[in-house]
Amino acid sequence: MLWRLAALLILAAAPLRAEEVVLGLSSDKVAITATFEGSDILIFGAVKREAPIPETGLDVVISVSGPSLPVQVRRKDRQFGIWVNTDMVDLDAAPSFYAVATTGPLGKVLSNTEDLRHRVSIPRAIRSVGAASMAPNVDVENFTDALIRIKREQNAYQMREGAVVLDEQTLFRTAISLPANLTEGAYQTRIFLTREGRVVSQYQTVIDVRKVGLERWLFTMSREQPMLYGLMSLAIAIAAGWGASAAFQVMRRG
Amino acid sequence: MQIYLPIAEVSVNAFLLLGLGGLVGVLSGMFGVGGGFLMTPLLFFIGIPPAVAVATEANQIVASSFSGVLAHLRRKTVDLRMGTVLLIGGLCGAALGVVLFNYLKSMGQVDLLVKLCYVVFLGVVGGMMFFESLRAIRNTRRGAPSKRKKHGWVHGLPFKMRFRTSGLYISVIPPLLVGVSVGILAAIMGVGGGFIMVPAMIYLLGMPTKVVVGTSLFQIIFVTAFTTMLHATTNYTVDIALAVLLLVGGVIGAQFGTMIGTKMKAEQLRILLAMMVLVVCGKLALDLLLQPSELYSLGAAGGH
Repeated sequence: MLWRLAALLILAAAPLRAEEVVLGLSSDKVAITATFEGSDILIFGAVKREAPIPETGLDVVISVSGPSLPVQVRRKDRQFGIWVNTDMVDLDAAPSFYAVATTGPLGKVLSNTEDLRHRVSIPRAIRSVGAASMAPNVDVENFTDALIRIKREQNAYQMREGAVVLDEQTLFRTAISLPANLTEGAYQTRIFLTREGRVVSQYQTVIDVRKVGLERWLFTMSREQPMLYGLMSLAIAIAAGWGASAAFQVMRRG
Repeated sequence: MQIYLPIAEVSVNAFLLLGLGGLVGVLSGMFGVGGGFLMTPLLFFIGIPPAVAVATEANQIVASSFSGVLAHLRRKTVDLRMGTVLLIGGLCGAALGVVLFNYLKSMGQVDLLVKLCYVVFLGVVGGMMFFESLRAIRNTRRGAPSKRKKHGWVHGLPFKMRFRTSGLYISVIPPLLVGVSVGILAAIMGVGGGFIMVPAMIYLLGMPTKVVVGTSLFQIIFVTAFTTMLHATTNYTVDIALAVLLLVGGVIGAQFGTMIGTKMKAEQLRILLAMMVLVVCGKLALDLLLQPSELYSLGAAGGH
């Protein structure tokens, strides 16, 4: 009896979802084969609502985030007239890939507080908790900026303001291009509906990126049977060396 | 044609890798060096993660050295006995080097020290070799037979051994010491040590240049095979797809390299090697002296 009351209370406390996302993906699986050259994923959907469209404008923010891994950032400095790596900071988690697409400038479509809460913008998506404790007198901020700068140049972090097309405040779509240098894992895809910078609804799904076929087999073998894998590499090397030598001998005779 | 590498997790152009492998293979066959010093920065440049580049290239060097050694064996320019002595010294040296490296690392600033030593060392070796070969070439032009010192303090040491292919009858102590010191340097600097080994064999042991190349390749096979296994089992960073692409070019290049090498005079070979060592030294020196355009670099956490 008591738990039924509690359940009722929770249901009542849940905010009434005025607008909801109905999502479609051109594919929810990306297969990395030996000749993988990157992939475009079309993210599209509609806004389901039971009430009439409110007066204020609707915006859509979509983020796709690759698996997070710890990263070490090093900085070179001049010592005794030469440039060497001096300081380094270990960032305990940074996504291997991160893309944000919006209907307008991020500052307008998402308020600072909401960004802070949902970690949408690139700097917010990179956690650097604990980094400062490892290097007490290092300017961690600069290292995080450097990471973002380098990743952006590699096209691994993408900020695409205005890339989401929104029709009639109901239908939206965008294309996220995943580069060829993709790490496998679960790619968290989040869609936020915002009004005046506030998130009114959000939806989450996962794009599964996997190595398949030969790639899968080699990767698994290198992790599970490293000794055999190493010996196989050596066998290939020796066989190739011998093969080339034998072929050249035949060629010289012939 | 783009190929996705399963361990490196990057996509690269297959023909570019074949070409790179071939280029380094030629150098390997000609000079008896592994070519890691050249391959590592090139692989970094195309975006292969450093840990994978270093491990995989060891595997590729096994292939090109093996290909080169077979070519040299046919020409009977491999001193197997000397190679074995150097190898024993080298393995002991590598073990010592790892201990020394960890000790230096605990004291800090190992990076700076290693780089400085490296540049100075390469500069001195390359410079000395360059002028020596230049003098030898001038002498042969003038018609005077080039003479190398046949006897020194080295020949007074005990435990003499006959190295028939090299035409030497010397104590095993100098080759062992050369092996140990190259092993230490290789472990500290993270290179195979071929282009330190080659000048050492020519100038310290007095081996004929032709024999040196094959013998160096012979012992490189074992060192790099050991390195490959070590990386494969501890760091899981050997990328077999990358290795295959590199080694197909590498084994063919090594055959051509050997052909070129045997057609050249010893002095010419030495002067070219000297110039290559000086170029590498110059490149490293520039890296240290010029301000890099990007001060920051990324690495996987836990690596060094």
